This record gives sequence, C-alpha cells and structure tokens, in this order.
Amino acid sequence: MTQADLILSIDHVSKEFDVSAPWLNRMLERKPKLFVKAVDDVSFSIPRGSCFSIVGESGCGKSTVARLVTGLYSTSGGQITFGRGDAGRPVRVQMIFQDPQSSLNPRWRVGDIIAEPIREMKLRKTADETRDRVEELLRIVGLAADDATKYPHEFSGGQRQRISIARALASEPELLVCDEPTSALDVSVQAQILNLMRRLQLELGLTYLFISHDLSVVRHMSDMIAVMYLGRIVEMAPAEKLFTDPQHPYSKLLLGTIPDIHVPNRDREVQNGEPPSPLSPPTGCAFHPRCPLATERCSKEAPQLRAAGRSMVSCHAVQKGLATIPARRQD
Amino acid sequence: MTDIPAPISARKPKSRREMFFDSDLWWSFRKSKPAIGAAIVLLLVILAAILAPVLSPQNPYDLASLELWNAELPPVWMEGGQMPFILGTDVQGRDILSGILYGTRISIFIGIASVIVSLVIGVLAGLTAGFYGGWVDNVLMRLGDVLLSIPIILVAILVTSVAQAILPPQLREAGISIVLVMAIALYSWVQYARVVRAQAMVERRKEYVQASRLVGTPARRLMLNHILPNTLTPVFVAATLNFGLAILIEATLSFLGVGMPPNQPSLGTLIRVGNQYLFSGSWWIVLFPSIQLCILVVAVNMLGDWLRDALNPKLR
Repeated sequence: MTQADLILSIDHVSKEFDVSAPWLNRMLERKPKLFVKAVDDVSFSIPRGSCFSIVGESGCGKSTVARLVTGLYSTSGGQITFGRGDAGRPVRVQMIFQDPQSSLNPRWRVGDIIAEPIREMKLRKTADETRDRVEELLRIVGLAADDATKYPHEFSGGQRQRISIARALASEPELLVCDEPTSALDVSVQAQILNLMRRLQLELGLTYLFISHDLSVVRHMSDMIAVMYLGRIVEMAPAEKLFTDPQHPYSKLLLGTIPDIHVPNRDREVQNGEPPSPLSPPTGCAFHPRCPLATERCSKEAPQLRAAGRSMVSCHAVQKGLATIPARRQD
Repeated sequence: MTDIPAPISARKPKSRREMFFDSDLWWSFRKSKPAIGAAIVLLLVILAAILAPVLSPQNPYDLASLELWNAELPPVWMEGGQMPFILGTDVQGRDILSGILYGTRISIFIGIASVIVSLVIGVLAGLTAGFYGGWVDNVLMRLGDVLLSIPIILVAILVTSVAQAILPPQLREAGISIVLVMAIALYSWVQYARVVRAQAMVERRKEYVQASRLVGTPARRLMLNHILPNTLTPVFVAATLNFGLAILIEATLSFLGVGMPPNQPSLGTLIRVGNQYLFSGSWWIVLFPSIQLCILVVAVNMLGDWLRDALNPKLR
C-alpha cells in the first residue's frame, strides 16, 4: 500500500485531559494536578474507500479518537496526517454524531441545518443553487425535498440521523467519522441507516472511520477493526479475521459477549472485573488484572502492538505463542 | 385538537403566525384565567398610558392650565368634588387622573427601557461567559456577584447622584430618565447573565454546536445563531418578572427623591408628593397613584408567573 492511497494516518497519537479540581481547591487541599490519558500512543491508517472501525467498551477512548481526527480536540502528542482530497485540496472530514436528538439544532429548519456547511464554506454561489443542493442531498439520504421546511422535532430518530448524514455530506467530504451513529436507534432502523451508509460509500467513494461498541454493526460495515482498551489499541485485524480468529484475550472476551441465536443458553465464561479507572490505570498491560493469560511480566511491562499473522496484537502471551487456547473456554 | 393530523408529507409548512397559534404556549394561555385577566388589565393600563394626551381631562405639565382654586379637590363622588377632576386634584390644582396616566407612561417607559438595556448587556455577558468559560467566565460572573452584593437602592442612588454631578445643568432634567434606566440596568443584567450562562454551558457541549464547529463557523455566529435561540426561553420569563421589578425600583427611587423630578412625575414621584399631604386629610393624592402602581405590577407579575409555569417543561 503506497502512501498516496491513505486518506488518514495516525501516528503515536495521545490525548490527555486535565481533570484537576479548581485551582483554589488544589491549593487548599494540597492535591496535585490530575490528568486522564484518554488515548495513549495510538497508530493506524485508513486506505481510501475503506471502512476502519474502532470497538471497545465505554470509556476506552474511541470517541476521543473520533474527535481528535475531526479536530474538535487537539492532540497532546503524535501526528495526524491526511491524504489528498478532490482536486488536490486536503481531505475534508465530517462527522456523524451519536445522538440524533441533540445533533440537530431544534430551532433551525432542516433546510438551514443542511445548508449551513454549504453557506459557511461557500460551496455554492447563489441561494438558488444552495436550495437545489439541499434538495438533492435530502433525496440522496432518502427524504423528500419538501422536508427542508420542517423542524427537527417533526422527524423520527432514524430520519434525524438521515438529516445528520445529509448535513455531513453537504460539505463534500472524503472522510466521514461516524461516532456510534446507530446506537441510539431501534434495531430495525439501525439496519436502514447502515445500508444507507454502505450505499453512500459505494456511490460517493467515501472513507469511514466508524466508532461503535456494537460488534455486529461493526462486522457488517468494516474492512479493518481495531479493538481499544483503556486508551490503547490491543488488536487490529481485518474484519473477518478478527471475528473468526481473535488473538488478544480482550478481543476474545468481547466476542464472547455476542449472544448466539443457535445456542441461547450456552455456558458463558464469567469474566471478573470491570475496566479499571483511567485515572489510575494498572501498571504494565492495562488488561492484566482481568486477563486469563496474565503472567508476572504483564504487570510490569506494557506490550507493544506487533504483527501476529494477519493481525496486529499487543499481548505478551500471544507474541510468545502461548495463546493457543480456544476463543471460548468450555467449562 | 380532535382531528387526526395529516401525514407529514401532505402537510404544508406552517407560517410563523400559524405556529404561534398552534403552540403549547397559546394553548396554555387560553386555559389560564389569571393570565388572560392579567393580560387584559395590562393591555388596558398600557393603552391608557399611550392615549394619555387624548384621555386625560388636563395636561398636568401645562402650568397655564392649572388653577389654584381647584387645589385639593376630593374625588367627584365626595362632597366638594367637581366634574372634570374624577379622582380629585393635588395642592397645585393638578388633576390626579391625568397625573396618573402621564405618570404611568413614564413608569412603563423606564421599565421597558431598563429591561431592554439589561437584557442586551446580560445576554451578551452570559453568552460570552458560558461559551468561553475559564477566566472570561470568572471575571464576568464575579463582577456580577460584586454588583449583586450591594443593595440596589444604594447603587442607584450612587449612580444618579454621580450623574447629576457630572451632567451639565441643561441636560440634568432631560437625562434623568436615561440615568435611571442605566442605574436599574446596571443591577439587573446579572440575572439574565446567570440564566443565559447556565444554558449556554449546556448548549455549547451539544452535538449540533460541534457539527457547526466542524464546518468552520466562527465563534460569534456559533453563539448568536446556534446557542442564543436555545437559551431564550428562561430569558423571556426573567424579562417579564424583571419588568415589574424595574417599575418598582424606579418608583422606590422616585419616592426617595432621587428618581424622576416633580415636573415630569412617574408613579413613584406622585406617591412621594402625595405622601406629604396624607396627614392633612388629602388621602386621594397618594392613594390613587399607589393603586395604579399596584395594579400594573401585579398584572405584570401574574403574567410572568404564568409564563414561567407554561414554559417549564417539568410542569407540562
């Protein structure tokens, strides 16, 4: 894969948040400043036209990655490089948000919401051209042209998410960052939105950075999947490879949580523990307190992301070839 | 609403007027008898004030129309009352009713003007503080706290007396109402700023603001086009209640003698002047302006209370 094919490459990116108490409290209580490392040394790259997904539990830093890529947050370290977009200009990034209730301004008409990027970025010259473009966008996402005069509260969650997609497309982006675009929707509507997004990807040649905690959604969409745990990528693999042959013990744990329609009452492996607080992450490998393969070394030395077959895995046990245990232990 | 709404695609987009008469607000207004009553009373009071030159039997500012033998006449229904002076006259032969109508005009003008001035200052300060946070927020809000820690009467007395000392003599009379407006606004902008700041802090984190940031919308437009419209509901309630408060503050200041002068009297000035003759038995000089002030403020406050309940999502 040559450099030119990459639409986005992220190089050892970190993000720290200052969560200290106010200055006066710190002075009085003699507490130090407090930082949370939401994203820690994350690297990946996305080829043009593909869909790269990040999965993980709440609080693992996946949404922070999305906001770093779009520029809503600035990085604390590392480099984010974009490829070339249309006509040699830099890649345009847009975002589809999680909550369709709060991602549309309730006081604006839908037409104005979709036209905002066109107006702000001066993509069309006249008001007529802008209106035509808005109607075209509404039709692309499966709404009617006269929906432009309505207010967001007149639409259902799925329709609102379509409006959100139309707004994101209005600025003619190459890369769409989707932060859990379906997690607030009904399952039946989820499928419609996902199919719309796939169709748009094919028709418009879009590249997706897809953030989700829902593994079945991710499987449907992705080419590559990265599994995040406590701000780090623990495994990165092509979608089918990850689902059929997960390497990292945490990936196995995640896949083990997907309900199986054929064996609904199967014996599930009970995993103790919850993700530790990002305020005081465990030493060494962040997963070692919950890991069935953990050794002395895991609590002292953080593993690096290294190739293991077609996957990239960050685990001492896997890298030493110990992880030949089956994906699910049959107790 | 008993009819089944048409499917969304078949409906015409509504005009602003239709949306108003279709709104929950209008519905709740029609259901609330106190609100309708207060609105009618307020409307009458305001209309009477606007039409004062037409309605009042006498121009109380025109010294030529005052006759001293008409001084201290009681209301018409009492012994010694005379016809054009329905509510009686004061010691200079001024008709009380005319004085009240003109005085209400001044009171309402100062109330509205100070609400507008404090609204603009307060909304801008609150938006800026809530949107930027950090030290901007701290400076603006602590300034507000300091202002609120001084009793308003003291602030207003200070402002008006300083202004009286600074202004050239020919401007003093004309400028006094503007000085009063500024004195009241200086105090009451803090309330709007607090309301708007709290709401702006919530709104600026919402995803529609982030979406707008992504296309490069500058901060000024983010604040005015996106955040401001979503903070206005509680501001309207505060503005209505503050309108009543502003009229009262002005009346208090005028009563204390630092407000409107007797030659352009507000309701408060009329009460102050009348108060001096209360013990000489001319009770009508002070009573009727007081009743008018009461009616005006109670009507405004009832409307404000209704608006607060109607716009409170928790009470719906």
